Amino acid sequence: MASALLEQDYDKDVKVDLSIWKRLFQYAFRYKKNTTILIVINILIAIVDIIYPLMSRYAIDTFIEGETTKGLPFFVVLYLCLIAFQAFGVYLFVARAGRIEMDVSYDIRQEGFRKLQELSFSFYDKTAVGYLMARMVSDVGRLSEMIAWSIVDLLWALTYVIGVTAAMLVLNWKLALLVLTVIPPLAVISMYFRKKILKYQRRVRKTNSRITGAFNEGIMGAMTTKTLVREEANYSEFRELTGEMRKTSIRAAVLSAMFMPIVMFLGSIGTGLALYRGGHAVLIGTLTWGTLSAFISYTMNFFEPVQQIAGILAELQSAQASAERVISLIDTPCEIVDTPEVIAKYGDSFNPKRENWERIRGEVEFKHVSFAYKGGEKVLTDFNLHVEAGETIALVGETGAGKSTIVNLVCRFYEPTEGQVLIDGKDYRERSQLWLQDSLGYVLQTPHLFSGTIADNIRYGRKDASDEEVRAAARMVHAEDFILKQEHGYDTEVGEGGVRLSTGEKQLISFARVILADPRIFVLDEATSSIDTETEQLIQDAITKVLQNRTSFIVAHRLSTIRNADRILVIRGGKITESGTHRELLNLHGYYYDLYTTQFREEAANEILS
Amino acid sequence: METGKKHTKTKMNWKLVARALKGSTRYLVLGAVFLLVAVVAAYCGPLVTSFTVDYVLGEEASSLPAAVMRWIDSWGGRDFLRGNIWICALALIGCTAVNGFATYLRRRYVALASEGVAMTLRNTLYSHLENVPYDYHKHVSTGDLVQRCTSDVETVRRFISVQLLEIVRTVAMVAVACYIMFSIEVRMALVSMVLLPILCVSSFVYFRRVRRQFTLSDEAEGKLSATLQENLAGVRVVRAFGQQRDEVDKFTVCNADFRDKTFKLTQMMGIYWGASDAVGYTQIALTLFVGIAFVVRGELTLGNLMMFTSYVGMLTWPVRQLGRVLADLGKATVSLGRLDEILSVPEEEEPGRAEKPEIRGRVQFKDVCFGYDTYDDVLHEISFTAEPGQTIAILGSTGSGKTSLVQLLQRLYLCTAGAIYIDGTNINDIEHGHLRRNIGIVLQEPFLYSRTIMDNIRLVRPEAAEEEVHAAARVAAVHDVIESFEQGYDTVVGERGVTLSGGQKQRVAIARMLMQNAPILIFDDSMSAVDTETDAAIRAALKKRREHTTTFIISHRITTLCEADNILVLEHGRLVQQGTHAELLAQDGLYRRIAEIQNALEDELRTEGGEA
Repeated sequence: MASALLEQDYDKDVKVDLSIWKRLFQYAFRYKKNTTILIVINILIAIVDIIYPLMSRYAIDTFIEGETTKGLPFFVVLYLCLIAFQAFGVYLFVARAGRIEMDVSYDIRQEGFRKLQELSFSFYDKTAVGYLMARMVSDVGRLSEMIAWSIVDLLWALTYVIGVTAAMLVLNWKLALLVLTVIPPLAVISMYFRKKILKYQRRVRKTNSRITGAFNEGIMGAMTTKTLVREEANYSEFRELTGEMRKTSIRAAVLSAMFMPIVMFLGSIGTGLALYRGGHAVLIGTLTWGTLSAFISYTMNFFEPVQQIAGILAELQSAQASAERVISLIDTPCEIVDTPEVIAKYGDSFNPKRENWERIRGEVEFKHVSFAYKGGEKVLTDFNLHVEAGETIALVGETGAGKSTIVNLVCRFYEPTEGQVLIDGKDYRERSQLWLQDSLGYVLQTPHLFSGTIADNIRYGRKDASDEEVRAAARMVHAEDFILKQEHGYDTEVGEGGVRLSTGEKQLISFARVILADPRIFVLDEATSSIDTETEQLIQDAITKVLQNRTSFIVAHRLSTIRNADRILVIRGGKITESGTHRELLNLHGYYYDLYTTQFREEAANEILS
Repeated sequence: METGKKHTKTKMNWKLVARALKGSTRYLVLGAVFLLVAVVAAYCGPLVTSFTVDYVLGEEASSLPAAVMRWIDSWGGRDFLRGNIWICALALIGCTAVNGFATYLRRRYVALASEGVAMTLRNTLYSHLENVPYDYHKHVSTGDLVQRCTSDVETVRRFISVQLLEIVRTVAMVAVACYIMFSIEVRMALVSMVLLPILCVSSFVYFRRVRRQFTLSDEAEGKLSATLQENLAGVRVVRAFGQQRDEVDKFTVCNADFRDKTFKLTQMMGIYWGASDAVGYTQIALTLFVGIAFVVRGELTLGNLMMFTSYVGMLTWPVRQLGRVLADLGKATVSLGRLDEILSVPEEEEPGRAEKPEIRGRVQFKDVCFGYDTYDDVLHEISFTAEPGQTIAILGSTGSGKTSLVQLLQRLYLCTAGAIYIDGTNINDIEHGHLRRNIGIVLQEPFLYSRTIMDNIRLVRPEAAEEEVHAAARVAAVHDVIESFEQGYDTVVGERGVTLSGGQKQRVAIARMLMQNAPILIFDDSMSAVDTETDAAIRAALKKRREHTTTFIISHRITTLCEADNILVLEHGRLVQQGTHAELLAQDGLYRRIAEIQNALEDELRTEGGEA
């Protein structure tokens, strides 16, 4: 979904919305000192660039025409000073612009990341991780680069154009006006080409991402391709894609290959005009040699800044879409927010006031709860459930019946659209989100680990735990055996997302993580796919340990987990249709009975087989 | 990526270069030709200015070659031109026009060449990756391969389109400039060129050294992305443990690290640009100062001085870039080496006579052994026969060799000993495409391509009518499910579309396989995510559909197993039991143990029900 969204964005050619750019540029203006230095240095450099031809003019008119070397040493010193100044200026502006670029991207990312920590799950449900990554990494990078360097280029180019125009007008206004007639067509053509080129580049990027996708699919599906004997067909489809890529890339290249020569040609018309009219004036003595040389230098160089300005404008336009996406991410409203009163008492997610927190016992009650996902059908209607502190609840039922919704409501990842969820007898909206979530443990169907060592991961919920406590937790869920087998024991790096460990091992670590955090309320989304038997046994045992002494909700798939629960709830169509212990439910001969006889029977067979 | 770095070949494989350049060489040559034309035209511009200043406007002799001068004299020489200065202006514009047109052609041909090479490389890689043996894909990382096929190809493409001719261009420019300048005034020429080698060498050395900082900045960015990715993917865990604040702290560290490392890099760049600007401008200034002295002493004309300064101005930039290009030169070699590594893996070969016999479905395993390495047998002396139309069920624990057994039949691996015969022909003698087309297989975790469900099902027979697809989907009990989707059969699935559940995927894959109309079918635990009732319905529909199909089913479900004509029980790669349901029940063994447990379960239900 995310990539489809991206592709649409590529083709958008939107009008430049200045308010968005104003907001982005404000990030740069936070750094007043650096931006001021940058602006001043840039203007000075442009002025120096304008002075060089004037220096040559002076040299020609004074030394060459005057046939003297008197004053040449002074001239040399002055010239070298200019060079030194310019060299230093260039260093300064590159470094300052780089600094601003990095500061701006740092700030936007910081703000974006904080926002992402606050956004509710309804946002995450409809936004792919890849999409967010693209916004936070490449879009922000591109925008801050543009913001910093476009200030540089735009200022330099504008100062240069204005300065050169002024210098020429002062030197000889008639010749200047004549030469300057080249600028308007130059600007128009530059703008036209820049826009066109950007359009083609976008198309190239789009095709390129399709090629990457095709490679990805070709490699991931290689086995299936083989069994279906699809090699030839896939290859011919791929060839079409690369053929298209070649065609589009060449078109983009040809377009930019045409651009520079045309700009240069227009520039040379200026030089030609200077040489023609200026040369004439030199002959009749109304123009000095030096001035002619200065004119020639100026005309040879001024196509550069003009096309640069065109380039920046075109770029602004093409980056409009990225700018909007980034700003809208930062501006996304949070759906679940604590009231000001709650924040005043309990603190927010970043600065909690733990001293005011009541201890959670773990009693959970759903009171006439209705819930619907945004723009979707109602998942729960007038749902009521009372769970005593310490009780274990197993939820069974088909996909989409509402099991995950119930769990998400308990965690306050979502809030009820109607009704209340009470924790220890009080609506949880009267306390802060962090108050609840700090006492929550959650093990996902596909366990998620963070890169870092095994010990870091176990310590995730309680950073101050001692090594001994970490080990005790690991031992409790039988994770220590495999941990000690790792190369560096507890200090083994798990790799990004825990890639170096098996699913079962990751699961055990996430149980140890819960044990160490010792939450009052525990949520387990049990895995459907089975893992190797030995680990499976360990996990079963670990689950039993984790469930002790806390209120637990389990989206259950395994026979043993379900059987051991205090209460089993069969959820169908957002309602509790059956409720009771394993035996009680079997006696009902209802849905649970059917489920047990079909699904779980197979599991029994599996157990023997392994 | 890490593994890639370790094994990267550093020696250039010229055969690969030749293969990649095939069909593009002439464009490169044409590009080089027009490049030279452009360089010459570019140098004519200042020459025209110089000629105008010295000869037309001034009173000096021209430094143009005698032949050109004679031609100009025949037009009326200085006096004529003085009356018509526009001719000089036009000549100047003409030079730029020729330069511009040649530059355009050069870039066009270079684009043709570089895009051609990129296309050839991409196609070669893709086709190669489709045709390497099955085993290869089990041991490589998708990310690494995709990375190589995209970024490394891009590095090579960029090298050809930007760097290769840049080197030629700079060398040509320096050569032409040398020729003109030395022919006019040797001392001036020396003065004008003296700092250029320093510029080139210093930028070369600089970019070599700064590369480390580039890597540091790249790595910091990678870390930043990884941290972000991890946070987003694990957002539930973060919230459930209330770790937002620590996450922000963690991210801040990465964010600041990337900022500081990149800033250090730009600072180094700033020093470089500043310093090299200083050298470049000093070179121009030197030319100017010495030139002025020469002009004043009458040893150089004003026009030539202007020409020298423009030439020097034209040279400093490319010479500076040359150092950078040379410093980057190694990158393309490394990239090509990484691609070469992929391409040097041998493609799947025909071990035998590659015949295409008619296949009816008699399958015979004769003392088949198989092991991924020679010491450890996955399968050991397996022998059995399946007649056309029979259903063979395979039962065994994880790692008992079930999957290997059916993969051998499709010849995704070769037997290490023994042989498999289909209708009496050793499968090693059957052409692999023909063999696989006649054996339909559904994997436990099937892969769907990212296209519509319709296209996925008729993948092997794109010309099939929609009704046929619907019929196959009905047999696989997935037609109603598909119809319930908003876009029905036009729903796009896979990476870029809707995610189907495991059971739905399996059923779509079954429908896809049915379109193959193969005489031999294999279900590799491919209904594990489908509930038992649907499973039974699918099997019943299959039976009706084709009577003569030989079917292999890997399953744990006794209900599935008991219907088979022959049940194979595998343990640690050995065929420990085989027979029908009744026969196996009579023997003491794994099969009976499972059946007993299932019965026990039923008893338990009965008693629990009775307690009520």
